[in-house]
Amino acid sequence: MEKKQTPLGYISFSAFAWVVGLLIFFPIFWMVLTSFKSELEAVSIPPSFISFDWTLENYVEVQERSNYFKFAMNSVILAVGSTLVGLVFAVTCAWAMAFNPTKRTKDALLWMLSTKMMPPVGVLVPIYLMFRDWGLLDTRFGLIMVLFLMNLPIMVWMLYTYFKEIPTDILEAARMDGATLPKEIIFVLLPMALPGIASTMLLNVILAWNEAFWTLNLTTSDAAPLTAFIASYSSPEGLFWAKLSAASTLAVAPILVIGWFSQKQLVRGLTFGAVK
Amino acid sequence: MGAIRLEKVKKTFGTLDVIPGVDLDINDGEFVVFVGPSGCGKSTLLRLIAGLEDVTDGKIMIDGIDVANEAPAKRGLSMVFQSYALYPHMTVFNNIAFGLKMAGESKEVINEKVQSAAKILNLTDYLERRPGALSGGQRQRVAIGRAIVRNPAAFLFDEPLSNLDAALRVNMRLEITGLHQDLKTTMIYVTHDQVEAMTMADKIVVLQAGRVEQVGKPMDLYSKPANKFVAGFIGSPKMNFLGGELAAKHGCHEIGVRPEHLVVSTESGVIPATVKIAEHLGAETYLHVQSDEFGAMTVRATGEMPLSGNDKIFLTPEQDRIHRFDAHGLALG
Repeated sequence: MEKKQTPLGYISFSAFAWVVGLLIFFPIFWMVLTSFKSELEAVSIPPSFISFDWTLENYVEVQERSNYFKFAMNSVILAVGSTLVGLVFAVTCAWAMAFNPTKRTKDALLWMLSTKMMPPVGVLVPIYLMFRDWGLLDTRFGLIMVLFLMNLPIMVWMLYTYFKEIPTDILEAARMDGATLPKEIIFVLLPMALPGIASTMLLNVILAWNEAFWTLNLTTSDAAPLTAFIASYSSPEGLFWAKLSAASTLAVAPILVIGWFSQKQLVRGLTFGAVK
Repeated sequence: MGAIRLEKVKKTFGTLDVIPGVDLDINDGEFVVFVGPSGCGKSTLLRLIAGLEDVTDGKIMIDGIDVANEAPAKRGLSMVFQSYALYPHMTVFNNIAFGLKMAGESKEVINEKVQSAAKILNLTDYLERRPGALSGGQRQRVAIGRAIVRNPAAFLFDEPLSNLDAALRVNMRLEITGLHQDLKTTMIYVTHDQVEAMTMADKIVVLQAGRVEQVGKPMDLYSKPANKFVAGFIGSPKMNFLGGELAAKHGCHEIGVRPEHLVVSTESGVIPATVKIAEHLGAETYLHVQSDEFGAMTVRATGEMPLSGNDKIFLTPEQDRIHRFDAHGLALG
C-alpha cells in the first residue's frame, strides 16, 4: 500500500524543494539583476536588491562594442549543425546496437560513455595541432565536428534507450512489407521514436550551445559563438560586472527560452525507460 | 502459386542446435499448422521461411526457387505476428497500404486494394483510426488485411490468436479458416494450441526440439500417432499411457488409451479406480481418477454421469482404440 503523506511532511518537503530551487536559480537571477545596474552599483556593498536605478546602458554598450548577432548566429550554426550531423551517426549507431546487438554491444556503449570521463584538456594539444595543420582553426566546420563528436556518446545512449523500447516485431513487419533498411528507419523507426529524438536533439543543442572549452580554445573571431562573446568581457582592462552580466544574459536568453518551452519534453526524454 | 519445400533446413544459435535439419513439403493452397510445445522451434522454423532469420544450412524452395539467401521482402510472403505489430503512428488505411507503397503501387491501385481488403475484413468504418483506438480482434484483422493486400504466395501466421480472449479466439479461428477457403492461398500457421491445429489444418506438422515428429492430416495424427509424443500432444485431455501386465497382454511395452475411449462402469471392468474429481460440463463429464496399478488417469464420458469424489468405478479400454508403443515410444502397427 502506498504510504500516505502527512501535511507536515508535505510542507517540509515542498519548502526544501523551494530552497534548493531558489539556490540554483539565484545566480542567474542575480546576473539578470546586475545587468540592469550601473557599474558602480554592481559592485556596491551592501548590494542593492531592487532599489537601484534601472538602466539599459549596459545592453546598449555591449551591442556597440561587439556584434551580438554575429556571435549568436555562430552559436545557432554550431549547436544546430553539430546536432544534425550527430543525429545521422547516432540514429544508425543506436539502431545497430538496439536491434542487432552482439556480445560486445554493452561494452561498446560503456566505452563510448567512458570517453566522456576524460578531461577535454587532455586532448587539447593534439586536437589543436590537428586543427592548425588542417586549417580548421576558427572555422565553423571544425567546431561542428568537435562538438558533434563530443556529444555523440550521449546521443547514442539516449537514442539506444528509446529504440530498445520499440518492439522488434514492428520493424520485422516493415521488412516483410518490403521496406529497405533506410525506409524501415525513416518511415517506421523514426516516427515511433519521435519524442525520444526530439529530446535528444534538444539536449544536444543545449550542450553544444553552452560548451565553452573548445569554442574558446579553437576560435578567435570568425567562428566564435556566444561563449567567446561573454569571455571577451572579462578583459585585462578590468572587471566590468554589469556589462559582463548583460553579455551573459544575452547569451543565455535564447537557450533559456527554448529550455523553458520544452521542459516537459526534456524531462520525459531524460527519464524515459527509468520509470517504466 | 505457393508451394514451399524445405530441404535439410538447419539453424544453430551459437552452439545450440535449434533446428537440426528439417525436410518438409507444403503444397500450393494447403493450410499447414506447425504445432508443438513452447521452445520446440516452430516459430524459428516459420521465421526461417519468412527470412527474418538466416538459415545455417539447407534450402528453402518457394515454387521451385531457392530463396534461403533472399531478403524477406523478395520471398513474396506475408506474415501476421502474435503481437499484431501494427505501425502505431499510422492510420488503419496506411497500415494496410504500407506494403503497397513500398512496392511503388499507384495511388488508385492502393486505394482500391485497401478498400477491398477492408470490406472483406469488416474494417471499412475504421480506416481513419489509429491502431491504439481498436480492439484486439480489430487489430488482428488489420494485421491480416496488411498481409492480404500484398497478394502473397503464402501467409505466415505466428500464433496470431494467443493475445485474444477465448470467445474472440474461436471467432477469429473461423474467420481465418473462412479466409483460406475464399483465397485458397497457402497458409502456414504456428500455434501451441492443438485445438487450433486440429480444427484449422489440412496438414499438421508436430515438432519437438526442432525435429519433425509427424506430418499428417489432423485425423490421421489423432487415430494413428507415430509415437508417444504425438499421441500425448494431439488430443485433449491427454492420452493415458498404461504399462505393466496390461501392456504385456497386448504384446507391447506400453499402451495408450484416449480419455474418450475408456468405458466407465460401476460394476465390472479391467481397471479398478477411484474418482478423485468429477468435472460436469453437461454435454460431457471429465473424471480424474486414481488407479492402484496405473496411477492418475483421465476419463472423458459423454453426457452426464452421476459420479463424484471417492466413488469406486471400473474402466475398460475400447479394444479397437488401443495404441501400442515399444520401449522407444514408437507406435507398433
